[in-house]
Amino acid sequence: MKNDIIISGVGGQGILSIAATIGLAAVENNLCLKQAEVHGMSQRGGDVQSHFRLSSAPVFSDLIQYGHADLIISVEPMEALRYLPWLSKQGWLVTNSNPFININDYPPIHDLLKEIRKFKNSVIIDADAAAREAGSVRSGNIVVLGAASPFIGVPFASLENAVRKLFNSKGEEIVEVNLKALKAGRDFAER
Amino acid sequence: MNKLLLLGDEAIAQAAIDAGISGIYAYPGTPSTEIMEYIQTSKDASDRQIHREWSTNEKTAMEAALGMSYAGKRAMVAMKHVGLNVAADGFINSALTGVNGGLIVVSADDPSMHSSQNEQDSRFYSKFAFIPCFEPSNQQEAYNMVFDAFELSEKYKIPVLLRITTRLAHSRTSVELAKEKLHEKKLRLPADPVQFVLLPAIARKRYKSLLSTFDSIKYDIRIGKYNSFRDGTNRDLGIITCGIAYNYLMENIRKSHKNYPVLKISAYPFPADLIRDITSRCKEILILEEGYPLIEEGIRGILDNGAKIYGRLDGAIPRDGELNPAIVAKAIGLPVNTMEKVPPLVKMRPPSFCKGCGHADMFTALLEAIKPFGPGRVFSDIGCYTLGALPPFNAINSCVDMGASVTMAVGAADAGLFPSVAVIGDSTFTHSGMTGLLDAVSKNSPVTVIIADNSTTGMTGGQKSKATGRIEQICAGIGVAEGHIRVVIPLRKNFEENVRIMKEEFEYRGVSVIIASRECIQTAARRKRAEAS
Repeated sequence: MKNDIIISGVGGQGILSIAATIGLAAVENNLCLKQAEVHGMSQRGGDVQSHFRLSSAPVFSDLIQYGHADLIISVEPMEALRYLPWLSKQGWLVTNSNPFININDYPPIHDLLKEIRKFKNSVIIDADAAAREAGSVRSGNIVVLGAASPFIGVPFASLENAVRKLFNSKGEEIVEVNLKALKAGRDFAER
Repeated sequence: MNKLLLLGDEAIAQAAIDAGISGIYAYPGTPSTEIMEYIQTSKDASDRQIHREWSTNEKTAMEAALGMSYAGKRAMVAMKHVGLNVAADGFINSALTGVNGGLIVVSADDPSMHSSQNEQDSRFYSKFAFIPCFEPSNQQEAYNMVFDAFELSEKYKIPVLLRITTRLAHSRTSVELAKEKLHEKKLRLPADPVQFVLLPAIARKRYKSLLSTFDSIKYDIRIGKYNSFRDGTNRDLGIITCGIAYNYLMENIRKSHKNYPVLKISAYPFPADLIRDITSRCKEILILEEGYPLIEEGIRGILDNGAKIYGRLDGAIPRDGELNPAIVAKAIGLPVNTMEKVPPLVKMRPPSFCKGCGHADMFTALLEAIKPFGPGRVFSDIGCYTLGALPPFNAINSCVDMGASVTMAVGAADAGLFPSVAVIGDSTFTHSGMTGLLDAVSKNSPVTVIIADNSTTGMTGGQKSKATGRIEQICAGIGVAEGHIRVVIPLRKNFEENVRIMKEEFEYRGVSVIIASRECIQTAARRKRAEAS
C-alpha cells in the first residue's frame, strides 16, 4: 500500500490538524509515514502545504515527486489547483468550495470551481456550511478530511479515533463537534 | 517498543533530553524553533528542571551553553543558520577552548530561503572552526546522532555541530527512542584550570592540539558509522550523497532498480579514502548535496582533472536552491512526469499581515508622516514587520540582518540622509539593536528608531520577547533623551496623533525612539485562550 497526499490551504486554516489526524490513524494501522510541513513566514496568510507520504514499506523521500500524488486535500479551492503538477493521472482532488480571499487579484470563484470540475476524480464540498451544522465553523478542515477519507487508505474508524486523540485535551464538546464534522464530510463523499 | 511521531527538530530535542542534557539555549528562528519549544513543553524536561529559557540572541545562547559545558554538564544550543553568524565568535573559539561537559551546536539551514535572507551552508563553519559535524538524513538518524555527538564531544573535548536543513527539521515520522535514558552529569570543573583561557600563549598551544584532534577524529567509530558505502553492480556511475539528498536518491533508485554504488556521507571530517575508493570503482561520479557544493569543491579541487564529476558546479543539478526528488531523478537520468500544469488563474498568495495587526497601522502612519521628506529613508529589520516591504505598503528600504536597521540608519545619517529612520521589532531590538542604538546616542546621530513592539517574537510563532516591559527603560539607560522616547499605540483611531508624533521626531536632529506598542493579535488570542481554559 502506498498513498502520497498533498494537503493544502492558507496559513492558519488548519492543514496541520488534518495531517496530524491522518498521522495518528496511520500509526494505529502500523503504516510507515513521512510528513513534511511548512512553518515560518508563509504561515502569515500565505499558501501552505504538507506532503504526506503513507506506505506499508519504509518511506525515503520527505517530498512527493511531481506526478505521483494520489490525493490532494485542500481547505481552499485555489490552493487545490496550485499543486496539480504533483497529482497523478488517477489521483483524487478533494476541496472545500469556500474561497479564502486575502489578495486583490483573487480569481472569480466559479472559474476556479469550473477548473476543478474538469477532473473526473474530484470532490467539492461546502465544508464551512457542514462545519457550522456540526457545531463550529472552525471544523471546516475536518469536514474536508472526512470528504477525503474514502481515498486515504486507512479505516474510517481509525480517523475517528485519531480525532478523539487529537482534540481530547480541548474537551468532550470539541471532540464531538469534530467527529460530526468528519462524518458529515464522509457522508457527502459517499453520496 | 517506544516510538513517537516526531519532526526532525523534535527528534533532536527528545534525544537531547534522553542523552541527559542539563540545559538548552536558543533564540527562535525558522527552521530551528521547534527544538527549544519541544523541550519547553516536555514533561521529562520539566521534572528534571532542564534549563530551557530562550536566550537574548544566538551569541548569548552559544556562550551560556559553553558555560554549562565548563561546569561539566551536557548542553545543547540551537539556532537557524544565520544565527550561527551571530554566534560565530563564541562558536569558533569554543573549538580552541574545547569543552568539559558534552556540547552540541545545532544549526538548521534553510536552502531555498523559505524563511531566510540567505541559504548559507553550516558545514562550512565546521570546516572553518575545525569542529566535527553530523548531518542526518532522517529523524531516526538525527535522534541517534545526538547520543554519538555527545560521546564524541566528551571523548575529544570538542564541541560538535549538528547540521540539519528545513526539510528534515519540519518533516515528521516515527522515531524509536533509546531504551536507556542517560542521567545528567554532576557539576565538575575542568581538570585544567586554564583550559578556557585563550591568552595568546595558551591559544597557540590549544590550536595545535585542535588541528591534530580534527585530523584524527575522522577515524573515530562514531564518525565512521555514519559514512557508509553501498556497492552496486552498475559502475557506470558512482553517487556521493549526504543529508536529506540521500532520501531523494534512494526513493528514485528504489523505483528504477538502477543499481549504482552509493557513498553516503553524514559525518565530517570524512576520510578521503572513502572518496578515493568509490572514484576508483566507477567511471563517473555524481555528487548530491543539500546546500553548497562542499564535498564537490573538495573533490574537484582547482585542477578538476580527475574522474568525470557531475554536481552543482557543472550545472548537472541547479547551483542554488534546495534539492527535491525531481531534480535528483533528472540527475540520474530518470524521466520526470508532470501530468498537469498550474492553471494560469491560480494567483500568487504571498504572506501578509494578519487582519488587525498593529504593524499595519504603524506603517500606515509612518507612510503618511514620512511623505513630506521623500522616499528611500526607512531601514528595517527581520520579523513580521518586514512584510511592510510588500504592497500595499512598500514602506521599507532595507532588511539585511538582525539589528541592521538601526546601524544602517546611523550610517546613512552620517552620510547626510535626513531624516533617517529605523523600524525594528521588540525582540530584534534586544537581540541586536541595542548596541547600534548606543552608537547613535554616543554621537547624537539624527535618527529616529521606531520599535514595533508587539510584545512577542511574532514571526516564529510568538515566543516570549526579552524586551517586553523593558523597552523604555533600556532606551533611557542607553542614553536616549527622555523627551524623545515616545510611546504610541498603533490603532486606526490614533492615526492622526501618531502621524504628528512621528513627524515631530523625524524633524528632531538627534536620537529619538518611538515605541509603537500593541500586542500581536495572534499572541493575544493564544493568551486569551490559555486564560479561559
